[in-house]
Amino acid sequence: MPTPPKPEPRTPSANASVWNRVAQTDDFKKLLAAKKAFVVPATIFFILYYFALPVSVGYFPALMQRKVWGPVNIAYLFALSQFLVAWLIAYLYVRAAREFDIRAAAVIKDLGNLEAKGN
Amino acid sequence: MNTTLILFLAFIAVTLGITAWASRLSGSSASYFAANRRVSAWQNGVAVAGDYMSAASFLGIAGLIAFFGYDGFMYSVGFLVAYLTVLLVVAEPLRNTGKYTMADVLAYRLHPRPVRAMASLSTITVSTFYMIAQMVGAGALVALLLKGSGISFRLAVTGVGILMIVYVVFGGMIATTWVQIIKAILLISGTILLSFMVLAHFGFSLGAFFTAVSQVHYHAPDGTEVVKDFLTPGLRYKPPYGALDLLSLGIALIFGTAGLPHILVRFYTVPDAKTARFSVVWAMWLIGIFYILTTFLGWGAATIVGRDFIAKNGGNNMSAPLLAQALGGSIFFAFISAIAFATILAVVAGLTISASTSFAHDVWSNIIRHGQEHNPGEERRVARIAAFVVGAISIAIAIVLGPTANVAFLVALAFAVAASANLPVILFSIFWKRFNTAGAVAGLATGLLASIVLIFLGPSIMTVDAPTVAPAARHIIQHAPIFPLENPGILSIPLGFIGAILGTLCSQRDPAGEEKFAELQVRANTGLGAEKAVAH
Repeated sequence: MPTPPKPEPRTPSANASVWNRVAQTDDFKKLLAAKKAFVVPATIFFILYYFALPVSVGYFPALMQRKVWGPVNIAYLFALSQFLVAWLIAYLYVRAAREFDIRAAAVIKDLGNLEAKGN
Repeated sequence: MNTTLILFLAFIAVTLGITAWASRLSGSSASYFAANRRVSAWQNGVAVAGDYMSAASFLGIAGLIAFFGYDGFMYSVGFLVAYLTVLLVVAEPLRNTGKYTMADVLAYRLHPRPVRAMASLSTITVSTFYMIAQMVGAGALVALLLKGSGISFRLAVTGVGILMIVYVVFGGMIATTWVQIIKAILLISGTILLSFMVLAHFGFSLGAFFTAVSQVHYHAPDGTEVVKDFLTPGLRYKPPYGALDLLSLGIALIFGTAGLPHILVRFYTVPDAKTARFSVVWAMWLIGIFYILTTFLGWGAATIVGRDFIAKNGGNNMSAPLLAQALGGSIFFAFISAIAFATILAVVAGLTISASTSFAHDVWSNIIRHGQEHNPGEERRVARIAAFVVGAISIAIAIVLGPTANVAFLVALAFAVAASANLPVILFSIFWKRFNTAGAVAGLATGLLASIVLIFLGPSIMTVDAPTVAPAARHIIQHAPIFPLENPGILSIPLGFIGAILGTLCSQRDPAGEEKFAELQVRANTGLGAEKAVAH
């Protein structure tokens, strides 16, 4: 039994115009804007915070070796804080993503309406 | 028969049982390559953690911390933070737009054949290099752990290789996923238990623990006794290039993880993007806890067992098992050794399935067969053959290299290629409308080539060894390194991005590809038209 041929990936989708119209809806634009508003600053922040560690360990060793709690120095506490910050950003993202999911559902509803209008 | 061997055999029996069970479930391609996309968030999260926490982490990082203190912990930090790139940028769009491989996303709006060919080359390169590093480590370790049982390096490598082929060929993604889950649970429990025993050794006083860590005694190679503060950075990465190398390592870690093919394929096993998101969060908990605890393993070994003793009994990779022996006797040593063994097996199985899936799906089905299966089950059959071939080649290369070969650079290479070749083109195909086929091919080629060339010109390959170094452990080229860093990321990653940008800007615009950008964006962000989970 031959399997049904899969569509060639490059062939334009039959409903290409629908994708374009969905991309133009306010709901979709709002979804992208909401994602951007979280993801861009969060990404910039975690990258800067992360690279602050190797940069300060490598180029400011005296400061990093200062002991703050018995023998425990700033370098170790800074490294540990990276774990907490990573978990915190992950938590904030999951919280923000609830809104993305609601907005994505609205976009899917819009698509239903576009198709119902006879496309 | 010793206890270690019995525990090894128990793990093998359980995992082969799972493989037999899974082989009866594997009836379709979605089942074989993506576990029917019905893996739950926690299961996939644990499996991602399992795929990621390799023997290089468990034994290697613990060993680095035991020998060099703080600098080893820098790896641990990068390994966790890397998952933010996966969570925020890659996992959900990948799940929404792809089917089985990373190349699916790239081929979505570009010319599929050249893009798939390059992406597959990069995937297979990363997986094979990473696998050879694991296999050489595995052979040396198994032979050492089972010392006295008559199992040689060759037999150990062949055994590990055959087992991983069996898991992948017969059990597919379902068996591989469960092997990962079991291994990850064993590894995390073993690490927590061992860390608890380290703390117990210091009377549950963190103060006493850190005081011991701040004055670690050992003997330098010339015989003089040294006392070092292992909380101090810079014991491994020394001037003049140490700081830059550390930075370069960090860049490769946090951008490379999101381009590792064996991690990316895991996101195709869940039902939807939301589950992919929660599985990354699950993975981040486990990976974070594990890597924080690596300091207890490493510093525990440095203070309780001592660097001198570890160096005489198998070297820094044996730090964690020797710590277990010192704290819990031979039974606990056997337990921790069996976990290390499970770790190696599970990771090589994950690597094999990602390499063979890429060959079957990208090269065979989409390039050679133009996206159409001529016979039912053909893609799966090709994947099984590819898994067998990849496994056999890795066994052969690992045996030729031998147990003392210096293979750590292969892991650095895998991360560098993933970060320099794969990540730029994944990002551009999702976020840059103008991006085109020439850009993707140029980006992949530049990133791949730059990483390989810089590693070969760097100190991992080119170093003048002291005459006392054993022949097998010598560096391949006895010459001062031309590129001063062990980690090429700081140069190769920008080169990968520049290659992708120049390739795009210097070639004609692709109106058909840009036309499909709207479709890709809608699909990536809403999950419309995404591959569905297979019903019972």
